Amino acid sequence: MTDHPTSPVSRPAVPTTGAAVPTAGAAQGDVTRLTAAATAAAIAAGELSAVEATRAALERIAKVDDTVHAFLHVDAEGALAAAGRIDQRRAAGEPLGPLAGVPLALKDVLATRGMPTTCGSRILEGWQAPYDATVVTRLRAADVVLLGKVNMDEFAMGSSTENSAYGPTRNPWDTTRIPGGSSGGSAAAVAAFEAPLAIGTDTGGSIRQPAAVCGLVGVKPTYGAVSRYGLVAFSSSLDQAGPLARTVTDAALLHAAIAGHDPLDSTSVDVPVPSVVAAAARRDVRGVRVGVVRELSGEGYDPGVQAAFAAAVDTLTDLGAEIVEVSCPHFTYAMPAYYLIAPSECSSNLARFDAMRFGLRIGDDGQAGAEEVMSRTREAGFGPEVKRRIILGTYALSSGYYDAYYGQAQKVRTLISRDFAAAYEQVDVLISPTTPTPAFPIGAKVDDPVAMYLSDLCTIPSNLAGGPAMSLPVGLTDGLPVGLQIMAPTFADDRLYLVGGALEAALDDRRGHPLLDEAPAL
Amino acid sequence: MSTAAPASALPSYDDVIARYEPVIGLETHVELGTVSKMFCGCATAFGAEPNTQVCPVCLGLPGSLPVVNEAAVRFAVLIGLALHCDIAPWCRFARKNYFYPDMPKNFQISQYDEPLCTDGYLDVEVDGEIHRVGITRVHMEEDTGKSLHVGGSTGRIHGATHSLVDYNRAGIPLVEIVTEPDVRSPEVARAYVDELRELIRALGVSDVRMEQGSLRCDANVSLRRRPAPGEPDAPFGTRTETKNLNSLRSVERAVRYEISRQSVLLDDGERIIQETRHFDESVGRTSSGRSKEEATDYRYFPEPDLTPLALSAEYVDELRASLPELPAARRVRLIAEHGYSARDLVDMRNAGVLDLVEQTVAAGAANPVAARKWWLNELARRAADAAVAPADLVITPADVARITVLIAGGELTDALARKVIDGVLAGEGTPDEVVSGRGLAIVADDGALTAAVDAAIAGAPDIAEKVRGGKLNAVGPLVGAVMKAMKGQADPAGIRALLLERLGVS
Ligand SMILES: [Zn+2]
Repeated sequence: MTDHPTSPVSRPAVPTTGAAVPTAGAAQGDVTRLTAAATAAAIAAGELSAVEATRAALERIAKVDDTVHAFLHVDAEGALAAAGRIDQRRAAGEPLGPLAGVPLALKDVLATRGMPTTCGSRILEGWQAPYDATVVTRLRAADVVLLGKVNMDEFAMGSSTENSAYGPTRNPWDTTRIPGGSSGGSAAAVAAFEAPLAIGTDTGGSIRQPAAVCGLVGVKPTYGAVSRYGLVAFSSSLDQAGPLARTVTDAALLHAAIAGHDPLDSTSVDVPVPSVVAAAARRDVRGVRVGVVRELSGEGYDPGVQAAFAAAVDTLTDLGAEIVEVSCPHFTYAMPAYYLIAPSECSSNLARFDAMRFGLRIGDDGQAGAEEVMSRTREAGFGPEVKRRIILGTYALSSGYYDAYYGQAQKVRTLISRDFAAAYEQVDVLISPTTPTPAFPIGAKVDDPVAMYLSDLCTIPSNLAGGPAMSLPVGLTDGLPVGLQIMAPTFADDRLYLVGGALEAALDDRRGHPLLDEAPAL
Repeated sequence: MSTAAPASALPSYDDVIARYEPVIGLETHVELGTVSKMFCGCATAFGAEPNTQVCPVCLGLPGSLPVVNEAAVRFAVLIGLALHCDIAPWCRFARKNYFYPDMPKNFQISQYDEPLCTDGYLDVEVDGEIHRVGITRVHMEEDTGKSLHVGGSTGRIHGATHSLVDYNRAGIPLVEIVTEPDVRSPEVARAYVDELRELIRALGVSDVRMEQGSLRCDANVSLRRRPAPGEPDAPFGTRTETKNLNSLRSVERAVRYEISRQSVLLDDGERIIQETRHFDESVGRTSSGRSKEEATDYRYFPEPDLTPLALSAEYVDELRASLPELPAARRVRLIAEHGYSARDLVDMRNAGVLDLVEQTVAAGAANPVAARKWWLNELARRAADAAVAPADLVITPADVARITVLIAGGELTDALARKVIDGVLAGEGTPDEVVSGRGLAIVADDGALTAAVDAAIAGAPDIAEKVRGGKLNAVGPLVGAVMKAMKGQADPAGIRALLLERLGVS
């Protein structure tokens, strides 16, 4: 699939009026290469305007997105208008948020006023949500500039973004390869310097796996830490929105902006958000007990991935962390349990796409009954992976099979939570490779769903148990990024940033530059 | 598939009952009278323009999430407590999955194997006999939207050219109250629904208007052969479920019809098909809906968007303590305190005046019988004439209490009291204001009255002679003449006494 003739992508020409970028001071050089923290600091200091930062991002999108295809919708007008208002408020001396003026790419699974929300599906083509997801409300309140909506596997089901109805997204490190998924558009946009920040969602690894294969930091916060209101549900008990960024600090800033209790989401938890930004800056892991999960290594793990992972473990040792090997025996069952729970919930969550109130409607010829219209719309509107999971989930929940499938999977979930609890009695965090392999070529696994599912082998346990987890770039294998996963107990999201921040600093120091600088020019 | 036998061919009901024992269970859906919906903040007012009380949540828009309405939980617990149920310290919502255009999410948030209330009962009285109906469970769920089928002749989906859906009702909180198969007759089935309705009305948690659908009833009916003396009970037969009965009369008629219909099949050696049936009020028959074989598999699973409901013992105890007096206890008290009969209570309740009578007694009525009499007869009639509920009449229980006191004190006759009521209803003020305003007080002034008495005696000397001769009952026409002269503003007993006195026979 090299072209996407039915793509709804709208990329208006970037207005060229106004000051050219970059400007002086901290913003010297290419503004799009700045971290979110540096962009925000430059805007706060008056060295860079939000409009300039936004325009730079839009120009970058115009330049590279035909190749990368991260964006499904670019809202240049809205983004520039929002940036203009932020500049005015800064000029008026009004207080602004820590990410004020920083451009961001939104995964197209979050309901967003004024933009389409397609979930990468034909069935929602052209649908405009009449409300903002809570994450979007918080981003707007934090003065973040929303550039547009980015590509994803349809309804977040997939690990490669090849399941989007609007064509695949490409990995900026190697455009013949997948950017991971389902938040592949989010990862590719940040890795291609189209935006310093992106929001992704993670049901079984959909933030961490794309972050890993695109050389980014990606975090799945504790389940319940970030509101799911307006996040179009794939699997309600697993879905969680979180940040993708180029640095641990940037991820922490975005994490802090979106986390917190939301009365509109009953599963949102009313506990204080841990100090993730401070933890990212501490850079001291002496005495921190780090457990290496025995079950997440060995056969099936690419040697290059293993080597980069081992080198990172050595670095942690050098930094004064205590490395312990830990066994989590039930992690072996995480994948089968996930592939019962997630499809079961999705079979119910996706029932509402029925042509009655919104979205696609096929076959309404004045003769067909409602049932036939529903059926023809769903047949035409859902892609094969979505159908596969709906059928799987419908079967798993059906009378007589519930106990054997869904019920049993829930028991596995409890056992995995107990494995985590036992491990955290010995250690402060757990680590593993994020993915068994680096990015694979586009098309390589489309005909083998199970091989594709293995991409999420290491990430699924955290979704099942609810704890937070981060993927962090730790090196390259054959020129492709390798991610290390850090997992922490529920509501100890700050530990991810503590360990991640220290490891990132040490690796960048040794390398002399951020890993992403080694990505080939697009 | 066997279809409904024509009503004329049905055997006599008494004959059926002699051979078969009906086994009846009832499932009742009650819309709770909360201000907002079950899982969102939308209003619940009845009769609003279609699709004006909706939001992303109750429309099931992508990404929206439910949040439980605490008031609905409170109301459901009150119902459970009033039905003597156990209240679960921990329970969950579940998704009931099926596709239907008026179901926004194509699943209904309900409760499945973990209901809020279990194991209660309701005592029902029929002809002086108490029947205890076991309550299996009371659970919470959300209502669906409402389909309107346009273009057909019947308003039903058959023959319609298109359908419209009003989602105002979608997400209104419901409780479903399920009984044990304890009911044995159509009369008890009807009385159960009636008593349940009274109970819920007394709790103030629903307006329980069957005609508006805020209380709907499904009846499960099966038959089994009556055992010969000394034999054990036969096992339950196959049941049918007749859906959406929307009046007490329909409950009784539909159950009665099902009993007769099933008896014909059983007599013919046919089997009863487990199915849902619909009751057609116009012909008084049930007809087949979908059979169990083709029934939906609802694929229930715990609702992942909601956390479990964990009610503390203190919360439940507080609600238990807040329960108002329930209808059964109230009936016992009113019979004991006010001397009403069970029949009186039924009459007063059916006339919608029971509360008013009780308030009238509390406001100092001359006696409970007078309070009952005036509300049940005169005022209920006036309300019916004005097409309003008795409670909506301008006259207050305190007004009625005052009128009964004036009558008992000899200051008003019944006829005058009706004129006072006219005045109060016409907005002329309190009874005392109307009495003085219209000059309705009985004339106690001896001058005018004595003159009228003397004139009456003088005008009918033959009658006067009879009375003097000891025929005291002959005084009637003279009383009438005086009353006429006094334009009714006199006390007949007083006139009679005065006449007899003047005739020298007192
Ligand atoms: Zn609503």
